[in-house]
Amino acid sequence: MNMIEVKNLTKQFGEVTAVDSLTFHVARGEIFGLLGPNGAGKTTTIRMLCCLISKTSGEAQIGGYSIGNGADSLVIRKLIGLVPDNIGLYEELSAYENLDYYGKLYECPEAQRKERIEYYLDMMELWEKRDQSVSDYSKGMKQKVAISRALIHDPELLFFDEPTANLDPEASKVVREIILKLKTDGKTVFLNTHNLDEAQRICDRIGILKTKLLAVNTPEELEKTVWGNIRTVIQVEQINDQILAAVRKLNPKDLSVEENNIILILADPQKENADFVQAIVSAGGRIQNVTQLNPGLEETYLKVIRETK
Amino acid sequence: MRLSKAWIVASKDFKTFTKRKSILYTIIYFELIVSVGIPFIVRFAETKAARAGVLPNLLDAFSFLYVIGAGLAPLGIAAYSLVGEKIQKSLEPLLATPTTDEEILAGKSIAAFLPAMAATYIGALIFVALIDLFTHSTLNYYYFPNSNFAIILFLLAPLACILSVGYNILVSSRVNDVRTAQQLGALILVPFGALYLLSEIQVLHLTTGNMLIVAAVLAVVDVIVFYLVKATFRREDILTKWK
Repeated sequence: MNMIEVKNLTKQFGEVTAVDSLTFHVARGEIFGLLGPNGAGKTTTIRMLCCLISKTSGEAQIGGYSIGNGADSLVIRKLIGLVPDNIGLYEELSAYENLDYYGKLYECPEAQRKERIEYYLDMMELWEKRDQSVSDYSKGMKQKVAISRALIHDPELLFFDEPTANLDPEASKVVREIILKLKTDGKTVFLNTHNLDEAQRICDRIGILKTKLLAVNTPEELEKTVWGNIRTVIQVEQINDQILAAVRKLNPKDLSVEENNIILILADPQKENADFVQAIVSAGGRIQNVTQLNPGLEETYLKVIRETK
Repeated sequence: MRLSKAWIVASKDFKTFTKRKSILYTIIYFELIVSVGIPFIVRFAETKAARAGVLPNLLDAFSFLYVIGAGLAPLGIAAYSLVGEKIQKSLEPLLATPTTDEEILAGKSIAAFLPAMAATYIGALIFVALIDLFTHSTLNYYYFPNSNFAIILFLLAPLACILSVGYNILVSSRVNDVRTAQQLGALILVPFGALYLLSEIQVLHLTTGNMLIVAAVLAVVDVIVFYLVKATFRREDILTKWK
């Protein structure tokens, strides 16, 4: 059974449709990234899935429990942990007091609560500063406390809403590593992000949202679907007819030459690149560079978003 | 509704208030002035007042200040309790926990109500002791405790406090800074202040009957405010409509 099942989920605020007929699923243990511009409905989607706001229509289940059902809402909130875009810690309290408060709200028994607070603060390298007021912490440290807060009741599913926004590169890297560790611990992660590089690095699958869900797939498949074939560029010191004949013999899907670059479109570049390199070398060519012209997630994302305008 | 959950929310707020001394001062100042300051004023003016035969009326009017105090004391707490959460943007993670809207609301209300009433009662004890000490030689009897003061302390003061807490929650849902919340929240004291002035100038006599009428009106207003607060404190509205 999938951790998240969403079917035609819609949210309207008066006349405005914030989220329109979303249908997707997130498997257990998967990191799913939701990408989209500001106002695309990412936070609204998370809020609906966390039972913070109601849906207008459609269905969504978290761990088999329905988000529209009042009785299921409390069960769902126990299954999930939320790291919102605003960290939202109590600045007067210490990291320990913040986590202890949430541990109580999540109904963790005292012994377990103490154990988990120590475990997570230790993991986040904050144990030594546990009694220090959170107001004295850096943004990165606060984000670590916010993540610990979401984990205090050992949830199966974690929602992260822009977790690295406003963090410096070092702190962002730490947050990404924590998310990847959560995956190895068997947790399911739902990630809202603007950061395409981050999404490409850590997400198993990605959804592109702009009120409607425009595409869902793995980053690689998304690129293939959007751009078609990926080009391989082989830079050769001097191109001659013998080299071109050797290349043509291997039947590439497409072949073109620009200056001293042989540009190929191959059915399966991962397997075929080596054959083409060998053929060129055998024909006396001296290879200077082999590059795969990969449009990347950023270009893919922008193309998808632009095409919906 | 689980009271244990409401108590967790309230306990966290108590802890916050102990670290924010300015909130504690708003509770203590007024009680200190009324409970210690007024008895000393009475001490210096009592002979004149007793001769004029107005001392009991004066003491009744002064004791009505505890209704105002009970309405004033939760201002700082109630305003900070919710506006503080808004400023720190801590409402979203709080609402994501398996806690119902009613439990959070009850917790916030308890956090404002209990310290306010505790301050009122401690202040009243000091007031009663000092007034009796200073007026016994003139009146030849202990003026306090009496039935009117009991109505003030155990009926009017809690009702005023509940009204103030509810009204301040309503105000807090509309504003974004603690000071504005306190200033707007203080408007709830205007009717109580008017009653106090009327009793001081002897237009309204704080008889048992009159105080019971005030209590009945307060109880009705409390119920109306309770339903307004309940309708306001809905998690979807908090996240999407509260400023």
